[in-house]
Amino acid sequence: MLAKRIIPCLDIKEGRVVKGIKFLGLRDAGDPVEVAKIYDRHQADELVFLDITASFEERKTLMGLVEDIAKNIFMPFTVGGGIRDIDDIRGLLNAGADKVSINTQAVKSPDLIAQSSRRFGSQCIVVAIDAKLHIANGKSHIEKKTISDKPEAISKKWLVYINGGRTPAELDAIEWAGEVAKLGAGEILLTSMDYDGTKDGYDIDLTKAITSTVNIPVIASGGAGRLQHFYDVLTTADASACLAASVFHFQEYSIRQVKEYLNERGVRVRL
Amino acid sequence: MIAIIDYGMGNIHSVQKALESFGAETVVTNQPQAIKACDKVILPGVGAFEDALAELKKYNLISALCGHIKSKKTFLGICLGLQLLFSQSQEANHSKGLAILKGRVVKFPDTNGLKVPHIGWNQLKKAAEDCPLLKDIPDKSYVYFCHSYYAVPDDDIVAATCDYGVEFAAVVCRDNIYGVQFHPEKSQALGLKVIENFINLC
Repeated sequence: MLAKRIIPCLDIKEGRVVKGIKFLGLRDAGDPVEVAKIYDRHQADELVFLDITASFEERKTLMGLVEDIAKNIFMPFTVGGGIRDIDDIRGLLNAGADKVSINTQAVKSPDLIAQSSRRFGSQCIVVAIDAKLHIANGKSHIEKKTISDKPEAISKKWLVYINGGRTPAELDAIEWAGEVAKLGAGEILLTSMDYDGTKDGYDIDLTKAITSTVNIPVIASGGAGRLQHFYDVLTTADASACLAASVFHFQEYSIRQVKEYLNERGVRVRL
Repeated sequence: MIAIIDYGMGNIHSVQKALESFGAETVVTNQPQAIKACDKVILPGVGAFEDALAELKKYNLISALCGHIKSKKTFLGICLGLQLLFSQSQEANHSKGLAILKGRVVKFPDTNGLKVPHIGWNQLKKAAEDCPLLKDIPDKSYVYFCHSYYAVPDDDIVAATCDYGVEFAAVVCRDNIYGVQFHPEKSQALGLKVIENFINLC
């Protein structure tokens, strides 16, 4: 049976691993190559590398750094940040990425999803969606109860943001997820901007809304703080994988601890 | 010398890096002449079946690959490289593959509640004990998969299967021809063991 994946995420800014709260207040978390090697040794199931300022500053991803990381690890490696066209994708794959994660440009030019998945295969095209709660029961604030606890919470609406969370895209996150799956994306990397870095848990409602809409794997991101959070999003919200940064970077939990916790509770993981 | 075929279909460097971690001599190439000079060939690849075939044709690699296999030299296809060995693919209007192995390539059904592509770590179920590529690989080992299509061989050449709604061929093995649907170069210690086994094949 397919195992649920635990994926550390390296948010990269100016060549360093950083981590913020709700996309702001960035804190240094080390040298990317060294951090990547540690996660490979700790048997992370995958590694995600996001050049978090690439899109905003209109820079290309730091190709050299991607090469350095790829040279040092033997696990699947996804790279995102600043991807504009097919040539950028080919460049990253040649530099050692296994998959690419497209965010801003997927919104600006959805045809890139179709083109790239046809050219490189769906399995290699991840569409990252940064979503923020817009309306819950008529009010614009975070409603923490889950759908099952509170039926009226179904009226929640999340909007897609681009440019590293700086610009609202005027797209409904659930509709956009359906669209990217239809266009040929192989996976969705779903980040809750409301929960990112808060350690309050993943956004169960958002994740569940997306996993029940699309038939491609969804990687949940944003909010991991306690072991229970991983369990909840993998079971209640049916995510295929969990992405986390702070809890791993600052050694609150090891990957092994998370997997053992899940395994003891009947979630299939690779130990 | 091991040739790794570079035909523009995805990440080849990780395969090379895995081989070199055991001190194997490798060459990344799209030259038919270079293939002839090597005793082992790896055809990696991710992506679309039809595009991959078109690229192989563009570089005149098909006869070199078939020649290598027919001369009984060792061959390993990884992921799309395995699928290309078969006679027909459901992908892209039943394009013809290299037809070195009999069978077809089909897509996972999306009707059984499972997500497609099949992405992540799944377990090998060994179907044959004698495949040298799987030497010292325990049954139920987790390896990394990333694909929407899988091969259905006509002949009895499956050395290991994997269960994802359907039980599909994860490793095929016939004489000098080997194919793995998973990515050994991405499967950490166990994957590297498969690579090492490949290096040690005569």
